[in-house]
Amino acid sequence: MRRRTTSAAAPETILEAGRAERNYWRDLWQYRELFQVLAWRDVTVRYKQTVIGVLWAVLRPFLTMVIFTVIFSRLAKLPAEGDAPYALMVFAGMLPWTFFSTALTDASSSLVANGNLVTKVYFPRLIVPTAAIMVAFVDFAIGLAIMALMMVWYQFAPGPEVLLLPVFVVLGFLAALGPSLWITSLNVRYRDFRYLTPFLVQFGLYVSPVGFSSGIVPDEWRLLYSVNPMVGVIDGFRWALLGGETPLYWPGLVMSLAVSAGFLWLGIAKFRRVERSFADLM
Amino acid sequence: MAAQPVIRVEQLSKRYLIGHERATRGGETFREMLMSNGRRLVRTARDMARGRQIVQGDEIEAFWALKDVSFDVQQGEVLGVIGRNGAGKSTLLKVLSRITEPFAGRVTIRGRVASLLEVGTGFHPELTGRENIFLNGAILGMTRAEVRRKFDEIVAFAEVERFLDTPVKRYSSGMYVRLAFAVAAHLEPEILIVDEVLAVGDAEFQRKCLGKMHDVAGSGRTVLFVSHNMAAINSLCHRAVQLSGGELVFQGEVAEAIEHYSSTLAEETDLVFPADPARAAITGIRIDREALKRRDLDLTIAFRSPVPVARPIGGIVLRAIGGEPLWGSNGRFHPSGEQVNGLTEGVVRCQVQDIPLVPGKYILSIWLGDYYTDFDEKIDLTVITLGRTEPGSLDHLRPPPAVQGYLDWGARWSVLPA
Repeated sequence: MRRRTTSAAAPETILEAGRAERNYWRDLWQYRELFQVLAWRDVTVRYKQTVIGVLWAVLRPFLTMVIFTVIFSRLAKLPAEGDAPYALMVFAGMLPWTFFSTALTDASSSLVANGNLVTKVYFPRLIVPTAAIMVAFVDFAIGLAIMALMMVWYQFAPGPEVLLLPVFVVLGFLAALGPSLWITSLNVRYRDFRYLTPFLVQFGLYVSPVGFSSGIVPDEWRLLYSVNPMVGVIDGFRWALLGGETPLYWPGLVMSLAVSAGFLWLGIAKFRRVERSFADLM
Repeated sequence: MAAQPVIRVEQLSKRYLIGHERATRGGETFREMLMSNGRRLVRTARDMARGRQIVQGDEIEAFWALKDVSFDVQQGEVLGVIGRNGAGKSTLLKVLSRITEPFAGRVTIRGRVASLLEVGTGFHPELTGRENIFLNGAILGMTRAEVRRKFDEIVAFAEVERFLDTPVKRYSSGMYVRLAFAVAAHLEPEILIVDEVLAVGDAEFQRKCLGKMHDVAGSGRTVLFVSHNMAAINSLCHRAVQLSGGELVFQGEVAEAIEHYSSTLAEETDLVFPADPARAAITGIRIDREALKRRDLDLTIAFRSPVPVARPIGGIVLRAIGGEPLWGSNGRFHPSGEQVNGLTEGVVRCQVQDIPLVPGKYILSIWLGDYYTDFDEKIDLTVITLGRTEPGSLDHLRPPPAVQGYLDWGARWSVLPA
């Protein structure tokens, strides 16, 4: 093993019951290559032995978008945001939502799926669910490309707000990370969560403003609605991609942010508390 | 300055909770079943609310995999860990590798640890050999630059050049194991922890692995090595600790430790093992105690199999207390000539007349297979005492085996005048 320049003297590790790892964050940094390799492995393996391969990443969100557009716009006659075509608005919401749901589903089962690693090798366990979330970015990038194509098709040019899109991508990542870590650590101990997660994700699709604009929520309920952290992220995506004609609802965004931050703290704290016992529970 | 130990283990304990299913008397009613399931549900719900571990079963028992274990390992030392199955060896390695946390006690480690508890951890069947080298390297703690530097060496060691870009699911099991060990063999940590990984692959490759382990051990790195192979322990290690029932029962020089270990292997002549529903397994071994006194071996290996075994073949190996193999036989090269047509249950009997070994204690290992496959083996199963000191014998004048070996073969001496 390459001697790290930072540790001229051999690092001393003390193992004791319930002892918090002093060098945890440094370890995490030292294991960054494992993180990259695991993410790369999952990306490489993801669409092997499927017939239409990566097309799945295109088809799933696209078909959902078509169905949502038909149901919410044509049948339910809900209004679009500003003068953007309804399909674009749905897809701009689908992007972060698909990312969130893929991340949550894959991350929550990632530790159990990698049980052979967890019981045989040490590494900061945080790497596994986080790498699983990174994989969701691949589908997300493909989705973004479809979004661009659709904008060309509808001849819709985004405004300068699009430059702020990366900010909302990071927000989306953090919003997914917190609940993912929390559910991941629960799933190792109580496998009930394997059945709960798909249900949560399905349920979330309808409570989040994916098929409709959050503008249709009555003003007095809007802040409460934003307790769902994905509301802020989806609104942000729409605002950045479709132009700022409908201004951002700031109190909602702040609320979503605060809830995301709370979940993140909760997730990391819970994960750190139980990760040392993961190998015993596999 | 007195050298600080590289690894210091102090009063280390590890406890697991295990559940037992209460034996159901026949004729459990539907109502009783509902009741017991209901009680279980209430208990698991309560455990979950308190954030405790859920244990399957009706009765929970604490099981001490390690109890109050203390020892030190010095820089550059190669320490063997020996003990029977279930003695806590693997648990100890898991704690030292930081895979599982101690229940009580404390371990201090100075230096970077790499552990090899299994060959091929994290290999992905869909990925090619080349990709798996990088994946496995990263899992074992190597940097990508390091793997790239050693890549050619790894490939040459594993002898898989032609199949580098083939998914490993298409590999033969031998190729798979070779590639996996090759990656691990090129680790260069300060402290290496190895669990029984040499017991894989063919004999030729095992020799190569053992040679590689010798290089590692000779290069001044600290190594912890678990094995059932006393010969490997004897040749690799300086010191050894023996675990039994989770407790440390001996530590010292490797030769003494092996001797102590062998003396604790009970001399049993009638052993019973559970059958395995999935494969053919040894279910019992019986040794004729009277025959042993005459230095004859007469033993039967009982077996049971879920599918008929066309030609059951037994095998035995006798090893010296120090671990060196001395003699062995199996029905492949000492065939019986009998024709058997598929048995799901039966015994294989082995008879040997007057084994020419110095009277004393030997370690017996038993194997079961058929003409093509290995089914089951019981390594270092028990100690047997061959022969006995006859009244009036001159055995007490015989130099110890370390000087004149284990073979007892008569010679005729004569003195002729010049």
